[in-house]
Amino acid sequence: MTDKSKQTPLVDLRNISISFGGIKAVDGVSLDLYPGEVVGLLGHNGAGKSTLSKILSGAYEADSGEIWINGKRADIRSPRDARDHNIETIYQTLALADNLDAASNLFLGRELVNRWGMVDDSRMESETRKIMARLNPNFKKLKEPVSALSGGQRQSVAIARAVYFNARILIMDEPTAALGVHETAMVADLIKELKSQGLGIFLISHDTREMMELCDRVSVMKNGQLIGTENVADVTEDDILSMIIMGKNPRAEVA
Amino acid sequence: MTDTATPKTTAAKGRREGRIAQFLHATEIDTRLLGMIGALLLIWVGFHFFGLYKNGFGAFLTPRNLWNLSVQTSSIGIMATGMVLVIVTRNIDLSVGSILGFCAILMGVLQVKILPQYLGIGHPAIWMLAVLAGIIVGSLVGGFQGVLIAYGKIPAFIVTLGGLLVWRGAAFLVARGETISPVDSTFALLGGGPYGAVGSTGSWIVGLIACAAIIYFVISGRARRQRFGFHVRPIWAEYVMGALACGIVIGAVLLVNAYPWPIGIVRQYAEANNIVLPESGLFISHGFAIPILILVGVGLAMTVLMTRTRFGRYVFAIGGNPEAAKLAGINTQWMTVKIFALMGGLAGLSAVVASARLGSATNALGTLDELYVIAAAVIGGTSLAGGVGTIYGAILGAFVMQSLQTGMVLVGFDAAMQQIIVGSVLVLAVYLDNQYRARAK
Repeated sequence: MTDKSKQTPLVDLRNISISFGGIKAVDGVSLDLYPGEVVGLLGHNGAGKSTLSKILSGAYEADSGEIWINGKRADIRSPRDARDHNIETIYQTLALADNLDAASNLFLGRELVNRWGMVDDSRMESETRKIMARLNPNFKKLKEPVSALSGGQRQSVAIARAVYFNARILIMDEPTAALGVHETAMVADLIKELKSQGLGIFLISHDTREMMELCDRVSVMKNGQLIGTENVADVTEDDILSMIIMGKNPRAEVA
Repeated sequence: MTDTATPKTTAAKGRREGRIAQFLHATEIDTRLLGMIGALLLIWVGFHFFGLYKNGFGAFLTPRNLWNLSVQTSSIGIMATGMVLVIVTRNIDLSVGSILGFCAILMGVLQVKILPQYLGIGHPAIWMLAVLAGIIVGSLVGGFQGVLIAYGKIPAFIVTLGGLLVWRGAAFLVARGETISPVDSTFALLGGGPYGAVGSTGSWIVGLIACAAIIYFVISGRARRQRFGFHVRPIWAEYVMGALACGIVIGAVLLVNAYPWPIGIVRQYAEANNIVLPESGLFISHGFAIPILILVGVGLAMTVLMTRTRFGRYVFAIGGNPEAAKLAGINTQWMTVKIFALMGGLAGLSAVVASARLGSATNALGTLDELYVIAAAVIGGTSLAGGVGTIYGAILGAFVMQSLQTGMVLVGFDAAMQQIIVGSVLVLAVYLDNQYRARAK
């Protein structure tokens, strides 16, 4: 952690702004993320966390600001661009097509094709089986539309989609919101595993305690602005809560 | 007594149902498909015996009527396959009938008034150029409407409602309301008729190729599933399915070959070819009509498109969750343009079949077709909520609609009664489908 200054950040967001109908949803935010690091984004609903993450994942285009990936300026204008930079996102809404089965969702937009250019359903199903065996061994409903799955199963399809394609940067927007205790623990284990593999993870959540446990640093946003970024080891849960609620960084005032 | 008897009978019933369920499970037959085929057969048998009872003659289940039914269904069926894509992506196209009319009149003018000036009447390129022009113009019109819907953000209902009027009006303007006839003689074959069919030998060739293809797909599909270690059907179920499919194909060949040319046409043909007619006459089979072969070809191509290509996968994804499709990097706007262009192109192809069958092109051709096409797709199980639909369902739906029409004409219902029944059936079919889906969940 101390040698971070010598490393090139995996993601370097510089002065990002975007507004919708005159309201600045994200206002001049700068953030960075290093390999093997989990950075938590905290804040009230509407603070701009999800909007910021959607700019990185290509769902929105920033009005101003720069995105640097691995020390190079990146031009991300669509979800496809983001995927080309090995950025994968697990959306809060999961973004699954309910009428398609797990394999079709996992490979949506990146279907495996055979030499005739036809989608290879058998190979996709087989690959889905493999990754699901790793992520959620209880997952059996491969042939059914995902609308027939439970909340946890749907979540594991969304997670599998992000993990399968060798992401280097992962954005997880409320990945445990719909999950039970057991499944939440599984996601936490997965985050630790991916982190140890050297991925950089942006984690968005409301659960401060969970964030303290999983993240290396947390950034707090309010009304589109960044209140501050702190090493989790240096602050208490109360410090973070007061940043979220008051919109002030108590440590910055002390210093 | 009754108390002890009841459980016994229900148990026996349960076991019997169990066996049917087992059979359906093993063969993996889509029960919905089975229901539709059952409904279709019910309509056929019903009208046949109603005619027998009322008029003393059951005209429905005759080779002649079923052959005609296949020709009459083709035009609606071709468009219904495209309407599946439109409805699956939560849109609607009300303009297909008018696009059909517009393309038909353009093709009519092209092959009757324009091309003969340069190529001479009866030049073999005329029909090809006309068909090509019809399909291209249809695609352009559909694509233009797609651009308005996708990039202009105007609801599809409004754009195509406008199109319904605009293209019908444009069809009138092209020839000032004149009927253009006769169409090119080769072009006319695309509409069916005694000469527009492939004959007995041709039908057997088509049928045997189809059977070979069925057997190939059964074998290769099983091999592929085995390679990946997936569940495979029991071997007897594969035999049953293969035999059933081949049986239907061969049955269709026997049926179309059982419908002979009318005596007049045979005489004409004999004179033209210097054949001496024997006393008993000649039995020359129609065989498959060209329009139904076009419909089958379109149906196969569209099925491959929908189930085996990325394009088809994206169509379903957009229908299931447009937002998710966009986030998966799918260009949903451009997809919409392509889908409407495809729909327009199919309307152009239907215009070929419809005007060739009529032997002329009028600006009223295809009036109200949009309603039959939408009804066919919806009866065939395409959900107006989006995300669900099959090509074979839409084609079966077209057959159901056309069978009702034909049947009512045969038994002598008047036009008012026909409308009432067709409308009621549409509503009833969607109601039953909803019930089925609710239970299947």
